[in-house]
Amino acid sequence: MSEQQGAGRGGPPRQGGGGPGGPGPFGGPPGARPGMPVQKAKDFKGTFRRLIGYLRPFRFTLLIVFAAAIASTIFSILSPKILGHATTKLFEGIMDKMKGVPGAEIDWHGIEMIVLWLIGLYVLSAAFSYVQQYLMAGVAQRTVYKLRGDVNDKLSRLPLKFFDSRTHGEILSRVVNDVDNISNTLQQSLTQLITSVVTIVGVIVMMLTISPLLTVIVLLTLPLSFLVIKAIAGKSQGYFIGQQKNLGELNGHVEEMFTGHQVVKAYGHEKKAVEQFDDINGRLYEAGWRAQFVSGIMMPLMSFIGNIGYVAISVVGGVLVTHRTINIGDIQAFIQYARQFTMPITQTANIANIIQSTIASAERVFELLDEAEEIPEDNRELDSSRVEGRVAFSHVDFSYKDDAPLIKDMNIDVKPGQTVAIVGPTGAGKTTLVNLLMRFYEVNGGTITVDGTDISKLKRGNLRSLFGMVLQDTWLFGGTIRDNIAYGRAGATEAEIVDAAKAAFADHFIRTLPDGYDTVLNEEASNLSQGQKQLLTIARAILADPAILILDEATSSVDTRTEANIQRAMNRLMEGRTSFVIAHRLSTIREADLILVMNHGTVIEQGTHLELLERGGFYADLYNSQFSGGRLGADVG
Amino acid sequence: MLKLFRLLAPYRGLVILVMVLILLQSLSELYLPTLMADIVDEGIVKRGGDTGYILRIGGFMLAVALVGTGVSILASFYSSRISAGFGRLARAKVFTRVEQYSLQEFDKIGTASLITRTTNDINQVQQVLMMMLRMMVMAPMMSIGGIIMAVSKDARLSLVLVVAVPVLVLTIVLVARKGIPLFRVIQKKLDKLNLVLREGLTGIRVVRSFGRIAHEQARFDDANRDLTETSVRVNQIMAVLWPLMMLIMNFSSIAIIWFGGLRVSHGHMEVGDLMAFLQYAMQIMFSMLMLSMMFVMVPRASASAVRINEVLDMTPVINDAPHALGGKPEKRGVVEFDSVTFSYPGAEQPALRNISFRAQPGEVTAIIGGTGSGKSTLVNLIPRFYDVDSGSVRIGGNDVRELPQAELRSQIGLVPQKAVLFTGSIADNIRYGKEDATEEELQHAAKVAQAADFIAGMEGGFGAHIAQGGTNVSGGQKQRLSIARAIVRRPDIYIFDDSFSALDFKTDAKLRSALKAETTEATVLIVAQRVSTVMDADRIIVLDDGEIAAVGTHKELLQTSEIYKEIVSSQLSEEEIA
Repeated sequence: MSEQQGAGRGGPPRQGGGGPGGPGPFGGPPGARPGMPVQKAKDFKGTFRRLIGYLRPFRFTLLIVFAAAIASTIFSILSPKILGHATTKLFEGIMDKMKGVPGAEIDWHGIEMIVLWLIGLYVLSAAFSYVQQYLMAGVAQRTVYKLRGDVNDKLSRLPLKFFDSRTHGEILSRVVNDVDNISNTLQQSLTQLITSVVTIVGVIVMMLTISPLLTVIVLLTLPLSFLVIKAIAGKSQGYFIGQQKNLGELNGHVEEMFTGHQVVKAYGHEKKAVEQFDDINGRLYEAGWRAQFVSGIMMPLMSFIGNIGYVAISVVGGVLVTHRTINIGDIQAFIQYARQFTMPITQTANIANIIQSTIASAERVFELLDEAEEIPEDNRELDSSRVEGRVAFSHVDFSYKDDAPLIKDMNIDVKPGQTVAIVGPTGAGKTTLVNLLMRFYEVNGGTITVDGTDISKLKRGNLRSLFGMVLQDTWLFGGTIRDNIAYGRAGATEAEIVDAAKAAFADHFIRTLPDGYDTVLNEEASNLSQGQKQLLTIARAILADPAILILDEATSSVDTRTEANIQRAMNRLMEGRTSFVIAHRLSTIREADLILVMNHGTVIEQGTHLELLERGGFYADLYNSQFSGGRLGADVG
Repeated sequence: MLKLFRLLAPYRGLVILVMVLILLQSLSELYLPTLMADIVDEGIVKRGGDTGYILRIGGFMLAVALVGTGVSILASFYSSRISAGFGRLARAKVFTRVEQYSLQEFDKIGTASLITRTTNDINQVQQVLMMMLRMMVMAPMMSIGGIIMAVSKDARLSLVLVVAVPVLVLTIVLVARKGIPLFRVIQKKLDKLNLVLREGLTGIRVVRSFGRIAHEQARFDDANRDLTETSVRVNQIMAVLWPLMMLIMNFSSIAIIWFGGLRVSHGHMEVGDLMAFLQYAMQIMFSMLMLSMMFVMVPRASASAVRINEVLDMTPVINDAPHALGGKPEKRGVVEFDSVTFSYPGAEQPALRNISFRAQPGEVTAIIGGTGSGKSTLVNLIPRFYDVDSGSVRIGGNDVRELPQAELRSQIGLVPQKAVLFTGSIADNIRYGKEDATEEELQHAAKVAQAADFIAGMEGGFGAHIAQGGTNVSGGQKQRLSIARAIVRRPDIYIFDDSFSALDFKTDAKLRSALKAETTEATVLIVAQRVSTVMDADRIIVLDDGEIAAVGTHKELLQTSEIYKEIVSSQLSEEEIA
């Protein structure tokens, strides 16, 4: 979708109400397509007000912007009439000459004056228009800067619950696409709205000063325009929705077939895939061309209405001129006004849509800003270097959803330096324990203590600094290897970083890389193998030197030698520290001081290896099944 | 992009029709000022206010406007059909081509990129085609028509345009040259901001556990500020464009009035013609403006077009042999590798070197080795996803390159490393292996794959819906369904490419023992990371760095292979090894 982000950025700023003439009777600037479905905000007024609040720091600049916009528009509205005077003077001179009025001559001096006036007006109008756009660029972008910053700050205060219940795409789309939408509107549509309105009012006033009769004729075409806009918008909206739906279906099919290409080939389904594609593609075509067509006839119809006005003015004006009730230059001016008139009207209709969708965007952003934050923290801190690492759960209750209790009355007591193995099938909710220990989630009842201190009384940052985490999904960011290791502790020295890498058996492979510690990881960190990434995260944890460890042993897709290194590094890391290990290795499990057996999110058994075997429950079953497929043959049938 | 537009061939007639229609439209539009000039010059000046004449011309104008509108609606109708038809054609062509691709072409371009090319890129080009048909054709017609009319009204006065139009074009080009590169910079900075954000989201647990929130915020703020500064600059530069263009147009109209006035006073021109001339000039200049907008859109679309052409120009390297063998193989299910060497295109080192082995029906052959040792590559050669450099892969005694691909693959039940499911019901997904599978066959396959229980637990059972990408089932469930898909096929050869990784030990063991009963007459190849998965195999092939390091049973290998021992000791404790 990122491809679409650039849309609307490319073109020069659109603006209405400038200069004489306007586009030819049939043409028109490419605006938003009429009738595109518009997303509507739930609380338009409230959101609008709140968005305006973001503009408050710039209110003086905005005042200037608005003043400039109005001034520029007014100057440009005045000019056709003045230009018309020049034509009139010309015309009168000629007519007099033709009639043989003695000494008749064109009033060149008067025309010269008019032209000088006009040049002044045009320059002023252009200057104001420039000032307005120039200033607005700063206002719009800085407002958006603030908004983006606010959203990001907010994200750092939101509980993990928020992130776990939404896809990254969803959150990114608010911070990026929605904010971008707001930015474009502020940059272009806001001033456009002002100039359009001023133009409409100004043009009506000017037309009235020239000829009330002609003005009425032009205004009569207005209801007709509205009717056309409404009819077409209503009709095309249906087609656009159909187009969007088919497009979504098509994209889904393409994505599925391409990501599953190997399977499609292996099972010989290429033809079927193409058939299905053709079917959706055909429907997309039908809906697509109709949507394009219906929205495309808006412009010709509008200009036809404009042309009806044009013809009426030419005819009625012509008759009026012959009766000397109006000047020829005024007709010329009037024609220009009439043309300036239809454009801002269609534009205003467009802008109304744009503003609606902007407010809907703003609402989504504000919704995010209003999400409940992590509960405020207490102030106590434990000194990381003095923490022994006693961890206890007492009567802990927890659930992700209110109606589905997950952990009930859980009690464990881990002495300093002990190893706790967490085992269970995939998806058994082993990360839940991590979430609770690190206080990514809050317990619903009971307490978790570290060295006897309730962790909910601790500063979050302090609590987390006590723990070191090496998870399976290694998180590295786009920076150098050095930076990634140094992430473990702010202000680590070069020697400390290298020592940590050595302890994690990472030093060797890092030095074989062309740039050593300065090797820059690319976006997906695909220039390192999975195992190497894991070694880096271990080095990071070693550097952080935490009192308590949380490790994930899963090392699938790691080659054997690296795996051996990882294991040695982990063992070294665990020495003398309280460790929670999401265990996959039997040796780890058997030697653990405490095994927590998890299934379906809850701890169903706990004890040592021998205790659990004796009990003959889930764990014993799990353990016995591991290396003897044959023995189970009977109960599979 | 022009190359891509060759796809328009079936629409050639319609494209010409649209051009003619737009020409007519432009003409009618240019004719209106001429008629207005007649009202002024004839109706008012010469005939001294002939109301009848004025009304007659007025009626004529209305008719012209009506024709113009009709023509323009027709043009819109055909151009919509042409551009939508082009999109449909291009999409179908690209999709069909991609379906022919072997994995080799997929590796080259990348799946994500192929998706974008088939969807967004084609949409982009389609949209521009639409704009081109409507405006880009219109602008030159309008300019040419306008110039002809202007010159015919008064050639000398047209000299004003000779000055004004180049100045206008130059201004647009200058500003665009400064602004457009900056737009590209903005896109880059926006990407950077996205990257920082995405990293912050994916690594949120790490960021918080190391207490580096402030650090991340500073990183974000840097990117945000950087983007903002550039955006402000671009918009400030672009702020010049519009006022400047308006100024040029306005000054031109003053010039026209002034010089036109002189010509009128000397009797070289009539007042109505001057008024018409003014309108022609405006129309010409507006066409230029519109054309300039096209120049912003076209480069983006042509980048898309290049990417689409790349897909269309790439021909699959794997094709059926011209005289592909038909008929029954003599030795059903036998898989033979005969000194096979294979390297990925562009790779320095071969991924597989000198691989030879033979797998028979009724046997389980396991392949074990570290990442990058070539395990998946090896099994991907069997369904001929890639062609070997040298040596040969034989199925049932025939070289895979001699067999029609469809027939070759129909003998194979492949379970890929990454379990892929498709939108549809569970039954649909299993039937993917055998389209006419009966209800019983489905149930049996599900049972063997250890999927029957969870399927029964799902709402709708076999009819339960699988969401796109299989997001509503767990990784282990996905693997079991994709195993069931292979089983229902009852193939001669089973290939399990690390397909048990997401299963817990218990399910893994149960599944393997159920499979054993199912595959007594088939050739089974298992790629695995876990020793426990391969221990019972009849033959274990230990791959190391693309070469066979050792072959044998678990017991034999413990005696003979150092590498195997190393793998085993990292996973099992002493007593389990024995």
